[in-house]
Amino acid sequence: MARPSSAMRDVSLFAGLAVVIALVFAWLGTAYGVRMLVEASCYAIIALGLTIQWGYAGLFNVGVMGFIALAAFATVLISFPVNTAFWNGNGPALLFWAALYLVVGVAITYALSRTHRLGLPKSLRTLLTLISAAVTYLAVQGALDPAATVIESEAGFVGGFGLPVWLGWLVGGIAAGGLGWIMGKITLGLRADYMAIATLGISEIVKAFLKNADWLTRGTLTVSPLPWPVPTPDELGFVMARSAYLCVTAAMIVIIYVLLQRAWASPWGRMMRAIRDNELSAAAMGKDINRRRLEMFVIGNVIIGIGGAALITFTSIFDPSAFAPLNHTFLIWVMVILGGAGNNLGTIFGAFLVYVIWIMSEPVALFVFQQMEIWGARLFDWQAPADLHTRALQMRVFVIGLTITLVLRYAPQGLIPEKVMKHD
Amino acid sequence: MPEAGFLSALPINEFVFFINKVLIGGLIIGSVYALGAIGVTLILGILRFAHFPHGDMMTAGAFFALVCVGLAPHVGDVFGLPSAFVLMPVAMAATAAMAVWLDKAFYAPLRRANVKPVVMVMSSVGVMLMLQGLIRLFAGTGTRQLESGLKDIYRIPLAGRDIVVTQPQLLLFIFTAASVVALHFFLTRSRMGKAMRAVADNADLARISGISIEHVVRTTWIIAGALAAAGGTLLALDVTFKADLSFNIILPVFAAAIVGGVGQPYGAIVGGMLVGFTETLAVFNWSVLLRPLRPLLPDFIEIPAKIAFVPTEYKIVVPFFILIAVLIWRPTGIFKGRSN
Repeated sequence: MARPSSAMRDVSLFAGLAVVIALVFAWLGTAYGVRMLVEASCYAIIALGLTIQWGYAGLFNVGVMGFIALAAFATVLISFPVNTAFWNGNGPALLFWAALYLVVGVAITYALSRTHRLGLPKSLRTLLTLISAAVTYLAVQGALDPAATVIESEAGFVGGFGLPVWLGWLVGGIAAGGLGWIMGKITLGLRADYMAIATLGISEIVKAFLKNADWLTRGTLTVSPLPWPVPTPDELGFVMARSAYLCVTAAMIVIIYVLLQRAWASPWGRMMRAIRDNELSAAAMGKDINRRRLEMFVIGNVIIGIGGAALITFTSIFDPSAFAPLNHTFLIWVMVILGGAGNNLGTIFGAFLVYVIWIMSEPVALFVFQQMEIWGARLFDWQAPADLHTRALQMRVFVIGLTITLVLRYAPQGLIPEKVMKHD
Repeated sequence: MPEAGFLSALPINEFVFFINKVLIGGLIIGSVYALGAIGVTLILGILRFAHFPHGDMMTAGAFFALVCVGLAPHVGDVFGLPSAFVLMPVAMAATAAMAVWLDKAFYAPLRRANVKPVVMVMSSVGVMLMLQGLIRLFAGTGTRQLESGLKDIYRIPLAGRDIVVTQPQLLLFIFTAASVVALHFFLTRSRMGKAMRAVADNADLARISGISIEHVVRTTWIIAGALAAAGGTLLALDVTFKADLSFNIILPVFAAAIVGGVGQPYGAIVGGMLVGFTETLAVFNWSVLLRPLRPLLPDFIEIPAKIAFVPTEYKIVVPFFILIAVLIWRPTGIFKGRSN
């Protein structure tokens, strides 16, 4: 492959993307176009977080969706208006007791897990720790169940704290990062696939919890409308309000991009690439590989959490059952590897490109299948199944999978590859 | 349990309920997990990557069986067995062929390019999405019965109550037991089985001793695909056919494979049973067993209506915690699999 100068290629790729976006604007109107751009920019933030994990550190996170759901929930909890019915009822007191049980139980369990330092045999320590953990679990569950019933009957759900939205995003990012820290602590020392399996598991659990904890999240009833950091469409109209939101997300992308570029060029970034490319020699140079990877994983998750919180805030509805792995996790994976893992500009490009294609592929898939139905009926007397439309959308899953496998095989570098720096 | 209390003097009633719910339920789901986990553990041991599409392979096997039943719905009547079970070998062969083809098309090129294991895992996720899309395209997203009409039910009377086993469940036990024995003899007696174990143990040493890695890989895929298809078909026969089985089953299957020790087929069976039983025990309502003790207890102790370790909605949590516990305390699994 002849290599034109990389700047030329980047410019032409971005120009092509701009043309595609302009076409969408012309075809579907400004309000729709701006909405698409806002969502794409949120995905770009999430993709930047993922590119840290995959492109910088080579970590495979299958649970992106779980971290997004957790961050979105934290945002709802922080920024949703205060539910006075809950605070005036018996709920807070009951929750306080459950929390107290939890804190005391965890403290005792932790203390017991350290007793081998006092000379207790290890088997006895493990036994005591397990018993204490089980008792804590049963006590907390026993305290939480009546509390949940009371809250659901009195107030519906706990509501939020009514604090600013940006604080919610920040807390969401920190929550996602904290969960990532726990996950990383457990799995990073083991073989790489275990981390993938564990992240898949944690995301399913977060989803199950948020879906079923009605007292906390209203479960399938969903929470809406979520407050925005900028004036809502009711006040300004769709185009203006969405444009304002776009300014916020765009500013976030710029800030994160600049910070990441600085980090990438710094000695710290060089060390990360060294670990990724040759673990053994990096270890021989005295780098603590697992700790550095944990650092990467947590930072990536914080950014994923912030982006996810921004995305869910924009859709203005928190629906725990809507976090399908397809729409979040694997779409973002395609963005990262197609755009170019380890290249921040490429990741942003990939995010916008893939999201535009994804949005446009829905009418295209429906159109193609409609034509198939018409021609099939005309030529072969084929009776199409009634749910053909929902099935047609499944083809998009197929295309995502195909893109992943093809890119990994034929263009593992992505469209805008990582720039290999030479230090002479 | 509406009739709890009638026979409260004797706990036999509750005991039978326990057998029905936990023993049989655990055996069934454990067998399904074991059939999946054997394949996963062989692939993890020999090809060294976590095979994410395994759940979809099971679904695909069940789908092939569904198609076969659609083409020849009355084959089973000759034997007095469900048609899907009689036609299962066809589905197994089809899935095995599909597995071999998938390897040739998607994994073999990456293996030749000598990529990192993580890239293989990613590629397998891509394959998972493709399979998921295709299965839903052809099978729809709803549920389907694999066998029309009622299932044969066997009742074993035990002191007034019956232990209930349906015919598909019985077939599932028998098939799992038979395939375990067959796999055992294959792995310990046949040349190919020994070669597989050698490759799982040390691939380089096996290669220089003249074992054809390619043959071993192909056999691995055939066994994994066939057993996955059987597991999927039998599960669909016992419950229903659902296109989106994938995520619900892949986590317990991985947990079973890792608990049993990677690359250890026997470990996978033990792990599958362990995960299956833990799941059913965790969601079982223990107060049913405590209720007969009611007259013996002092008045101030109340037996709550529901004592379960985990609410049913959180069933997915159970295999995950088993997985995490094993990863923390014994990353090599019960049977000392490979950890690198």
